[in-house]
Amino acid sequence: MQGIYLDNQSAMLLDSRVLDFAKKYLIDEPGNPSALHSVGLAAKSAVEEARAKVAELINAEDARNIVFTGSATEANNLAIRGVAMRNAARGKSLLASRIEHISVLNAMKDLQKNGFQLQLIPVDTQGTVDLQALESMISRETAVTSVMYANGEIGTIEPIKEISRIVHEKGMLLHVDAVAAAGRIPIDVQNDGIDLLTLSSNDLCGPQGAGALYLGPNVKIQPVIVGGGQERGLRPGTENLFAIAGMGEAARLARLEMKDESLRLKAIRDGLIREILKIDETHLTGHAIERLPHHASFRFSRIEGESILLTLDAMFNIQVSTGSACSSRTLEPSHVLLAIGLKHEQAHGSMVITLGKSNHPDQIPVIADAVKKTVERLRALSPL
Amino acid sequence: MAQIGYSKKVMEHFMNPRNVGVIDDADGYGKVGNPVCGDLMEIFIKVKDERIDDIKFRTFGCGSAIAVSSMVTEMAKGRPLDEAMKITRKDVADELDGLPPQKMHCSNLGADALHAAIQDYWVKTGKIKPDEIKKEDDGEGEACPA
Repeated sequence: MQGIYLDNQSAMLLDSRVLDFAKKYLIDEPGNPSALHSVGLAAKSAVEEARAKVAELINAEDARNIVFTGSATEANNLAIRGVAMRNAARGKSLLASRIEHISVLNAMKDLQKNGFQLQLIPVDTQGTVDLQALESMISRETAVTSVMYANGEIGTIEPIKEISRIVHEKGMLLHVDAVAAAGRIPIDVQNDGIDLLTLSSNDLCGPQGAGALYLGPNVKIQPVIVGGGQERGLRPGTENLFAIAGMGEAARLARLEMKDESLRLKAIRDGLIREILKIDETHLTGHAIERLPHHASFRFSRIEGESILLTLDAMFNIQVSTGSACSSRTLEPSHVLLAIGLKHEQAHGSMVITLGKSNHPDQIPVIADAVKKTVERLRALSPL
Repeated sequence: MAQIGYSKKVMEHFMNPRNVGVIDDADGYGKVGNPVCGDLMEIFIKVKDERIDDIKFRTFGCGSAIAVSSMVTEMAKGRPLDEAMKITRKDVADELDGLPPQKMHCSNLGADALHAAIQDYWVKTGKIKPDEIKKEDDGEGEACPA
């Protein structure tokens, strides 16, 4: 049976056009951008071209405001630790939404060892940040506030402009993790009022091994790792030329194709949500409208997510993901599902679908039927 | 799923579980786990001449929880009660060609459910008193505090 891949959040195929564009930096022109000879200069210009392409995706003022890192996790760490440590004299309070990526939450938790205080901003049952709570929590002591552009597990898009207004009214800095949103919905750091923004190469269908941090014109940070002067000294270490050049090309393609592709995937997504919600005791997780166009997430009562994933894979060759505790390394239920108010037993029954290039509308009834049969099979086994 | 690391046998039992269902006039009934923790198992037994004549299960839980339930019913069916009482969690995991380390404790409750069902039968038939029911303990404490 032809497989249907619906887990485009956790692993996306490298776009073959990106590979074609960037492979010369692996094979023919493996220059070090720091070298002064012609091969080095070619490498440097490849990095700068990539920087300009990434800047354009998010409408950064200047390509120089982009710092390449080795991953989005690294960019999140650089943003949070870099701002917090640089501005520690001004305030030692940190704010993040309850549904941030673990790399943001853990970077902040780690800073607690350096005397910082961490407060988590609650979200409502649809995963939207509670703006009133944010307003009451933020102060002149808040070194950095971190709220993601959109959540990869429940698809909810956050009201970043509103959040930015509240943060800037206090004269403080906003960091936005845009890994799940970039290339899916338009991002404009200037119009949205974003001070620092994290991007991932592989989430743009670029190569693994690159991330980027956008720093607004007046944002000062200190590096997390020190070494040579690469990336303005903010991320020293020889550049991963292939990954960076590929990330740039992936950003360019995303900018050009996002609008049409998002509309196409949104139609498939809406069809899937409509059909899957026909199954008894099935609920959408995340926001019904303010949602990533390729993202559909659900919870099913009385059954468990890993069993859903395994059944869909083994029986129907359909690949999804789940926030179930049983499929995680820690055996803890997803902090995102708990933050939107689900009980543990409800959080266990989650399923996440993220669409990509290989999906098309003809798959809607096939997927919906497979999910229905999977749920029926597991409920027949369940004592609940 | 290679990344979870289930054996072929686990997947085979997960996809084709044996002895699924309910016995309405069961002689013994055992229920262990907690939906809050993500695993809940119940086992029904029918006893004839001190042997497990019939056995059924229902399970809410992950792939290994369902495979473990299926395997333990297969191992216990037809066995004398005393022997079935001696089936351990490790025996079940071994029969399944092993379980991933993180699953050994939380979803390996099949033997516990079986023991609970047997002891329920023994209480009903007066062989043991309710306060003589042995609590299961594999020495690792509770995986899920709920």
